[in-house]
This record gives sequence, C-alpha cells and structure tokens, in this order.
Amino acid sequence: MGTAYTPGLKISSGTIINKTRRLPLKGQVLVKVGDKVESGTIVARTEIPGVMQTIRVAEILGLEPPDALAALNIKQGDKVEAGQVMAMTKSFFGLLKSECKSPYNGTVELITSATGHVGVRLKPLPVEVDAYIKGTISEVIPDEGVVVQTYGALVQGIFGVGGERTGKIVVPTHSISDALTEDIINESHAGQVLIGGAGVTLGALKKAASIGVNGIVVGAIVDTDLIEYLGHDIGVAITGQEDIPTTLILTEGFGSIQMAERTYKLLKSLEGRTVSINGATQIRAGVIRPEVVASLDEPANSGESESSSQSLETGSTVRIIREPYFGALGTVTKLPPELVEVESGAVVRVLEAELGDGKIVSVPRANVEIIET
Amino acid sequence: MTQINSILATDCGSTTTKAILIEKQGDEYRLVVRGEAPTTVEAPFDDVTVGVVNAVREVEELAGRRILDENNHIITPIQSDGSGVDIYLSTSSAGGGLQMTVAGVVKAMSAESAERAALGAGAIIIDVIAVDDGRKDFEKVKRIRELRPDMILMSGGTDGGTVKHLVELSEMLVSADPRPRLGIGMNIPVIYAGNKDAREPVAEVLDKRVDLRVVDNLRPTLDRENLDPAREAIHELFLQHVMQQAPGYSKLSDWVSSGIMSTPNAVGKIIQTVAEQFDINVLAADIGGATTDVFSVFGGIYNRTVSANLGMSYSICNVLAEAKTTGIGRWVPFDFDEARLRNSLRNKMIRPTTIPQTLRDLRVEQAVSREALRLAFEHHKTLARSLKGVQSVRTMADSIDQQETGQTLVDMMSLDMIIGSGGVLSHAPRRVEAAYMMLDAYQPEGVTVLAVDSIFMMPQLGVLSVVHPEAAAQVFERDCLIKLGHVIAPVGRIKPGELACTVTIGNDVYEVPFGTLKLVPIPAGESIDAVIKPARKLDVGEGRGRERKCKIEGGVVGLIIDCRGRPMVLPEDHSARIAKLIEWHKALGLEN
Repeated sequence: MGTAYTPGLKISSGTIINKTRRLPLKGQVLVKVGDKVESGTIVARTEIPGVMQTIRVAEILGLEPPDALAALNIKQGDKVEAGQVMAMTKSFFGLLKSECKSPYNGTVELITSATGHVGVRLKPLPVEVDAYIKGTISEVIPDEGVVVQTYGALVQGIFGVGGERTGKIVVPTHSISDALTEDIINESHAGQVLIGGAGVTLGALKKAASIGVNGIVVGAIVDTDLIEYLGHDIGVAITGQEDIPTTLILTEGFGSIQMAERTYKLLKSLEGRTVSINGATQIRAGVIRPEVVASLDEPANSGESESSSQSLETGSTVRIIREPYFGALGTVTKLPPELVEVESGAVVRVLEAELGDGKIVSVPRANVEIIET
Repeated sequence: MTQINSILATDCGSTTTKAILIEKQGDEYRLVVRGEAPTTVEAPFDDVTVGVVNAVREVEELAGRRILDENNHIITPIQSDGSGVDIYLSTSSAGGGLQMTVAGVVKAMSAESAERAALGAGAIIIDVIAVDDGRKDFEKVKRIRELRPDMILMSGGTDGGTVKHLVELSEMLVSADPRPRLGIGMNIPVIYAGNKDAREPVAEVLDKRVDLRVVDNLRPTLDRENLDPAREAIHELFLQHVMQQAPGYSKLSDWVSSGIMSTPNAVGKIIQTVAEQFDINVLAADIGGATTDVFSVFGGIYNRTVSANLGMSYSICNVLAEAKTTGIGRWVPFDFDEARLRNSLRNKMIRPTTIPQTLRDLRVEQAVSREALRLAFEHHKTLARSLKGVQSVRTMADSIDQQETGQTLVDMMSLDMIIGSGGVLSHAPRRVEAAYMMLDAYQPEGVTVLAVDSIFMMPQLGVLSVVHPEAAAQVFERDCLIKLGHVIAPVGRIKPGELACTVTIGNDVYEVPFGTLKLVPIPAGESIDAVIKPARKLDVGEGRGRERKCKIEGGVVGLIIDCRGRPMVLPEDHSARIAKLIEWHKALGLEN
C-alpha cells in the first residue's frame, strides 16, 4: 500500500467556501441567487410560534369544566388582550359576580372540555439568519435558507467554544511559540480577533472577555483554564452555544502546543482584514470544526477541492497527535504495507516519519494528521 | 421459508458501515467475511447506501464473488451463476440513532415505564418530562421547546385513572409546539400510551397539532407493565418517519428483505435470544466512542439502558467529569501527572480515531473504560428494576422473589454471563485485558462466564434473529461470541492473605489467599467439574462458607479466581494501591 488516507484540517490561503444558512423552521428567504451579501446581511426570516399559556378558567371560577366552558365569552381563534374578561359567572340572583381575565395578549388556541382550561398563544418570536460571511448567494433553499459562497482564506481549528462573530485580525504575538498573555492585550483590541502562538493564559482570556475582544485563535489551552473561563466542564464535544463574550479557537489541541507555522503565517498575512469566526465544534457524524473565514477579492480558484481527506504519501508532512511524540511534526519516509505490533500490543498499520531533529519514528497511521503544504 | 444459504447483513453506524456475509456450510451457518467502509449520511454524499455499497464491495472482494449488480444494487435472491445473496438485512444508528422524549404523569411510575419502553426499543432519551418532576410548568415547556426529538412517547394513568393530568400534559405539549429533528415543516410524531379513558380528551387537544398515534396503555394497572405495544409503535414510526427522512434510507428500505432495525434494538434482540435459548441471566455492554449501552436479562425480564454521554472518545471527557481524575487514576498502575492526564483525554475527545501507541497510554485508556462501564452499569441498575409500590408481574408473573418493591433486578450472584462489546473490549490487544476491565467494572459474584463480541456483529445477528433465528444463533455461538473464561469471585471480606477459597479441578487444587487474583489456563471448548470451597465468611452462591460444585468452561483467557473481595476495595494509600495493581496485573500475565 503506497498511500493511505487520513483526515486533516483545511488550512488554505485561497479556496471556494460555501456556507449553508438555514432557518430552524420554514420561513421567508430574503435574498436571491447572485445577490452580494455582507456577513451581517439578513438572508432569511421566520417566526417561531409563541408559547401557549394555559389559563385554568374552571379552577379560577370554582366551576366544573362544562360549567366553565359555558361561562366563556371567547372562542377558539379570538384575539385577547391582557385584562380582558374571558369568562364570567353570576350567582345569588346576579348579585355576586366572578370573572376570569386573560393575563396575556395573544390568540385563543385551545379550549379543553375535559379540564376547562383555555390556551392563549403569545405573539410569535421573530428569528433571523444572517449571511455570516461576505459573499454571493449561490443557492436558495426554498422557505429554508441559502448557500453563501465566497472565495477566501479558510483556517479550520481542532476545537473551539463560542458562536459566530466577526472582527479584524490582530496579531499581537511575534512567533508560534509566543503565548497570548494578559499584558499584551489592551483596550484597542475590543471587537477584534486576536491571534496567539502556543497558547493563551487564563488571565488573558478573562481580560479579553472583559474588554470585549470578539475572538482568540491560538494553538492550545490547558484544559483547567478553559473550564474556569467557561464556568463549567465540557463533557461532550458539542460546542458553539456557550454564553461567552469571546469565541476561542484552538488550532492544535490541549496542553502546551505551538500553532503550526503555516497556520500562523496565514493568519498573520490576514492581519487587518475582517474575518468571520465560529467556535462551534461537533466531533461525530457530521463533523463540525471551528473556523476562521476571510473573504478575499481575488478571483475564485475553482480547481481547489473542499475535501478534508488527503492522501498520505511518502514525503507528506504530518503532525503526530498521540503520545509518545504528541505535537511533533515530521515527514513521512515509509508506509510499510504490513501490520506491525506497537508497544501497546495493538497490531496496526504504521508509518515511519523523520522528525525535525532527524530522528526516525514509527507511529500508527491513525495517530497522525496531514499538514497541507 | 425457502432454503436460505447466503445472508448479507449491514450495520450503518455513526461513523462506519459494517457488512457481514453468512453462508450455510454443510449443516451450519458461519460467518464468511466482513467488510467495512465509512458511513455516508453526511455531505458530500448524503446517502447511506453509498457507504453500504462500499462495505459490500469489500465483502465481494474478500469473498471472491459478486453480490452487487451493475447498478450497485444488491442481487437477491442468489442467482444460478452464484452471484447475489438470498436475503439482505440492515440495522442503523447513523445520524444519531433514534432520539426520543418521554412524558408521563408520575416520574417514578408511568414516566419510568415509558422510559423503559423507549430504551428497549433502541432509543436515546433526551429528556423525561413528568408532572411531578420538580420543574415548574414554564420550565418544562421551555425544555420541550428546545428539544428536537424524533418522536415523543406519552404515558400516564392506569386505565380508569387520571384523565386531567394527561390532558394537562397534552396542553403542555401544545404550548411548547415541539418540532421533530428531521423533516422541517412536519408535525412531530407523538405516541400516546396512557390511560385509555383519556384517549379522547387527549386527542381533542393534540389532534392535528402533532402526528398522534394511540396504543394500549403501557401501565394499564399499577401492578402491570405492558411495554410491547408502545415499543412496536416506536419501531414502526422509526421505520416510517425517522428512516424515511434520513438521507438515502428510503432507498435502503427498498433493498432490505425485512425492515431496517435500530442498532441497539437489534443488539437487544440477540441478547434476549441468547438468554432464552440457554435459559441464563445475561448482562451485556457495548461501549462506543459516544455512548455505552447496557443490556440485561434477569429472570426473563429484558432491560436496556443507554448512557448517552459515557464513551471512549467523543464523550471521554464526560467520563472524566463524572469519575474525576481520582476515579480514573485509581485503576492506573503507575504514577501520573494529573494535568497531563486531563489534557491527553481532551485530546482524545477532539481526535477520536487515535489509538494508544504506548503501554502506559493503553493502561490509561483501559482505566477510563473501567469507569465508563461502571457508571453505565450503575445507571442501568437504577432503571432495570421491579415496578415501584407494587408486587411486580411485569412479563413473568412472580418470577422474582422481591424483598422490597422498586428494587433493581440486577442480581450479580445469579448472573451467568457477561458479554462485552465495543472497540476497547473487542479490540483490546490481549483478551485477558478485556476480561480484567469487565472484572473491575462489574465485579461479578459467585461463578460467571466472561465473553466478548469478536468483531461487533451483534447488531446484524440481532436483525437476523428475527428473520432466521437458527442462523443467528449458530453464527453468534461459533463466530461472534468469544468466551474468555469463567470467573470465580467469593462475596464478602476477610483479612488480606487469609485463605479465601480452594478450587479443586480434577487432581489440581488451587488455594487462593484473600486480596489476590489467580489465573488458571483452561483451553476453550473444555468443560470440567470444579468444587469451590470458600472461607467461612465468604459466599460463592451457596451461602457463607458453603461448598459449590459446578461446571467450569474453558476460554481464551482461562479461569480467573478473583479473591479481591466483594465489594472490592482498593488500598487508599497511593503506593500500596499501585503495588496491588501491579501484583494483579502480574497475576494475569500483564505488563505495566
């Protein structure tokens, strides 16, 4: 076997990027194919029905359900206002009156004979979806959303937290080995996306959040720092919904790992540009990785593939992603076809790679990811 | 049934589609080859059949014969030129499997019965809503609104009992206006399996607002649980609704000779078949990257639970969150740096396909698996229990001698077999490691057989067991189930070093001190008589100090005599604990 396939993260200075923007419910698409959109352009809108509030008319009036229904002066489909009398009873020759008023503005949706309850549906809540990236509408999904296409730079991270944001890229660090620390973050970084090298300290994260930095992209973080920043643990790798002011994207992983040189250089080259970032991560069927997208004006290079699977061949640059060489970069020197028993006792397909210090190591193929060159 | 000689079965998992080819060889059915390919329910394919065809293509290559026609359709039945198969079957958990919300009136009664019904049908339960669950109504409405299950199972009230609460529960559903996970613009399917007297008023509230199906009450009387109608409705909706919405499944549905079954439902079927066929109590676990399923049959009563967030990759950090580093670390037979351990587990979570290269890394992963298996088992014990507040007559009247109502049905002393499945167990580099992990996680009592699923083909055999039970049973026994060996584990505690138990096998006598493990090789296929004499304060199933005579089966590991005590207690002192772990590893022939 001369080649093998291994997943890799897309790090590209110029590629076609498609983003599907979909409503949670059917609604109205506000743009058409060919329209130019900015990241904040609203492309689709819908209304989520309001919650239905139950008014216990029978209990309020102290009646049996059939009697409560008889006392109603509203019917299904009527609009009601807060304070409006929905039901009334008179007793003791009409001298004593009991009323049931609607506490809500809304529409009567349900009158239940078994319970004597009335359900009032509150006003619907508008939901809008924006374009997220600057680009052109390439497809309209009727009643559901659109696909926005752009040509630009794309950096996929390995893990992130926090949702979609935009901001200008600022690189306050000098190299891939520099961590983003508290002292190099200042008020001028509000609303921007900061790029670090090896990692980010907890102090820096907290300061960035308090200043209003929109995003941080770094190589790695110590897991306990992330937990403290979030205020809760992460048990399962589904993220993106966290209520945090600063989106965080890791390009390499947890611990202390330098950002890959190529990723750092690409992000550095984008300094001053406005990018769209999203920390949302889902590592399972339908993998979602966090990303940095910079729409560029250059003509589209339609020849480049969006695929994240690449061929592993002799000469490929790889990062080892498991002990005992975790984080090391190397060049594949051999892809032996036979199964090999590794130290743990597992019998697996391996590759041999030459590390930066000239050492040749053998590692399971499952434990490397290709670094695009 | 016409003669069936050749069977193709696939399991479309979240990440991998596995295909097996079974053929009749002489008088028996045997596994011939197995192929696999990545599952293709996501872009750019969006069609599960692409992965199925790729997996079957591998089967074709390995078996050296044609199964697919020129249009990549599976040829059925087998043709005169030998191409094709007689039947094709499939299971699926792709796209997140079957996700359900269950609702009931009383949390510990109808809601719990509904939970058992849904779990037994192979669902992952994303929330249990009950009138008395402690949440305010608006909180429940908000929660139902946030969830996007495939369907909702609603229950409550015995027949002739409460109507009002069920109508209120229906009003709550209408209020929340829940949407299904798949199929934008479709009404959510709701199965009503509650008080029959409430059917009409419930329908009055729910009709036209949801896709309502009505089945028999799953708790018709306080002392009776009737889960099958609800389970059948769930399965039918799974086929009609979830499967039809999932990418490529309508095509796959046309290919199969019998309905597609959800993967855990299929595994449950084969576990039930085994328990019934051999008349034994069985516990089985399937530990995956994201979830751990636990199945049990005790006294003929089947239960299944799924711990949706306990797994070895995707959910590994949830095991860390629940067990903490102290819980995981107690099984690691060497000193480790806590921060390094935490970061390494996080890295496994974000790169789930990596495998341990070093022995230390393997030991850490196996330590995590012990905790994941243990936690999932604890969860299982809380749900696999007799009906609360009454004498249980669930499906086998008076089959259990209940001391108290609502007790767990899981009785380790009466357990005959534990079956382990999932990568960390099925693919442990050494089979004894799989036995050791199960031993620590489950702590079997008395005399129990340990086994593993060789290549995780229980789902395919489960769906086959419905269509062709004989073929399923034969392949299960001969090619799927790898017997590791028996475990003898006395219950109780005495002083470390004192003689805990004497096991006599033929002319050989093994005296095992308390606090130790002993491995006795007995080849697979052998069955020999053994006499077990526990110490005065210990019990191997016949009472304290009482001798037990039984048959001991051989296995690829052999007989393990586990005299570490039940409950097993690890030394609190750090160095003493590591020394003990190393001693036990050595006893089982393992290095650290």
